[in-house]
Amino acid sequence: MQRARKRVTLPDKRVSEEAFNMNELKAKPIYLDYQATTPTDPRVVEAMLPYFTEKFGNPHSRNHSFGWEAEDAVEVARAQVAKIIGASAKEIIFTSGATESNNLALKGVMKFYGKKKPHLITVVTEHKCVLDSARHLEQEGYKVTYLGVKENGLIDLEELKAAITDETALVSVMAVNNEIGVIQPLKEIGAICRERKVFFHTDCAQAVGKIDLDVEDMNIDLMSISGHKIYGPKGVGALFVRRRPRVRVIAQITGGGQERGMRSGTLPTPLIVGLGKACDILSNEMAEENARLTELRDYTLARFRDRLADIYLNGDEKERVCGNLNVSFAYVEGESLLMDIKNIAVSSGSACTSASLEPSYVLRALGVDEELAHTSLRIGIGRYTTKEELDTAVDAICTAVERLREMSPLWEMAQEGIDLKSIEWAEH
Amino acid sequence: MAYSEKLIDHYENPRNVGSMDKNELSVGTGLVGAPACGDVMKLQIKVTPEGIIEDAKFKTFGCGSAIASSSLITEWVKGKSLDEAGAIKNSQIAEELALPPVKVHCSILAEDAIKAAISDYKSKNSAADAAE
Ligand SMILES: Cc1ncc(COP(=O)(O)O)c(C=O)c1O
Repeated sequence: MQRARKRVTLPDKRVSEEAFNMNELKAKPIYLDYQATTPTDPRVVEAMLPYFTEKFGNPHSRNHSFGWEAEDAVEVARAQVAKIIGASAKEIIFTSGATESNNLALKGVMKFYGKKKPHLITVVTEHKCVLDSARHLEQEGYKVTYLGVKENGLIDLEELKAAITDETALVSVMAVNNEIGVIQPLKEIGAICRERKVFFHTDCAQAVGKIDLDVEDMNIDLMSISGHKIYGPKGVGALFVRRRPRVRVIAQITGGGQERGMRSGTLPTPLIVGLGKACDILSNEMAEENARLTELRDYTLARFRDRLADIYLNGDEKERVCGNLNVSFAYVEGESLLMDIKNIAVSSGSACTSASLEPSYVLRALGVDEELAHTSLRIGIGRYTTKEELDTAVDAICTAVERLREMSPLWEMAQEGIDLKSIEWAEH
Repeated sequence: MAYSEKLIDHYENPRNVGSMDKNELSVGTGLVGAPACGDVMKLQIKVTPEGIIEDAKFKTFGCGSAIASSSLITEWVKGKSLDEAGAIKNSQIAEELALPPVKVHCSILAEDAIKAAISDYKSKNSAADAAE
């Protein structure tokens, strides 16, 4: 897309020329890790800039125009965020990101309602910040049920229904998984929760701008949003907290009582303006952008399948967000693959790439064999990805897979028809 | 992760990739590791009647450090006697490739692989001797 390419041009010409000269010497790296983070859209940066300098006021200053100006900007942003999820502006609380929003949703709700309803339900494939909040609650004596997922990464609604008891205060299910991109059935989950009078929280860090979200239609009571996953700045996010019927949370950060007492601290006006602008852009361009990304994703997967045997898509193929591919390249270990394609920024579910030396817990939860989990790559496609970049990346990845398979004893055995499962491996 | 130049060289230009006929009496095969752990090494040696390793080949499923460790050890064992090859320590490999601490297990696997290949060769040949 011509228009999309132009947007990347940096405002400072000197900087971009310098970068260009450096790139002549080195092949330009290709960024395919849009689930980790996104570049800030230059239009967002432009909207933010005045709030660092001439419009620097404290939005909580009630006595002068500097404060009013900043407050007005924050309220515009609040409305922009609310609009993209079908909420009203008063229901948006600004935070430092989805991690904080998830902490506030889980701990805040459980601590408010926990005396009567000490039970929380969540899912094993949630982001670490949800799982860790749940663990902390468990340590404090709350009860937590971790739902498993089916082979396609989706939860079983019957299992959810069965897990809800009279003591359940909250169900927290992420909308889109960060590793495998699968989309949980939010509307169905919302209906179940509403019927059983249980609050429904959903981590939408990876979902905003990728799928249609409507807190009314989906009966969502709390929703976490992150700025840097949607071409906004890092360090800002939001939590939607429903007003009717009202959801109460115990603040996790206390002080001046900002954000209706739910989150104290001076609001970072420039970041919030940026988050608002990022949502505003999505409101206008989301449909077109996602159609393009879906086409690119399907094209990329088809090219992999054309050229390579024994590759597996992790996570449901249909119930999947537009910019995510997670593929296991059997018989080739993920980190060695990353080393071969060092000009392409992707991530791997291989143990060797994680600090814990364990393969991805998300892939394991799907029942993906450990050996296949070690061979997975996550390819994240986004606003500035071009078809040419994907062609280069697919070629490089396939060439690397072919080279490493030639070097792989497992590939050799598989070609000889040996069932790898029949061998007694010495686990070390 | 920042790797040493030597490691990257062995990863990018691995020496002695390949396979030998594991049924041949002069060939010893070591297969160590497990797919579920993310690394498997197959190391093969071809031994002269005098007990000298005249050739070595490997195939490895694993991270860059595992591939480099196996490549390096095939270079080192060529021309060595079985005893000399069996005396190679993983710490020598780790030092030569400047393996980061989390990757030291790759060098241990390489040491295990050569030991397994030597013992496979010896057991095949003592069985053959006994059969004669
Ligand atoms: C699903 C999900 N939830 C939460 C987070 C954390 O978001 P943030 O970086 O805004 O704290 C991320 C990002 O890594 C994510 O992918």
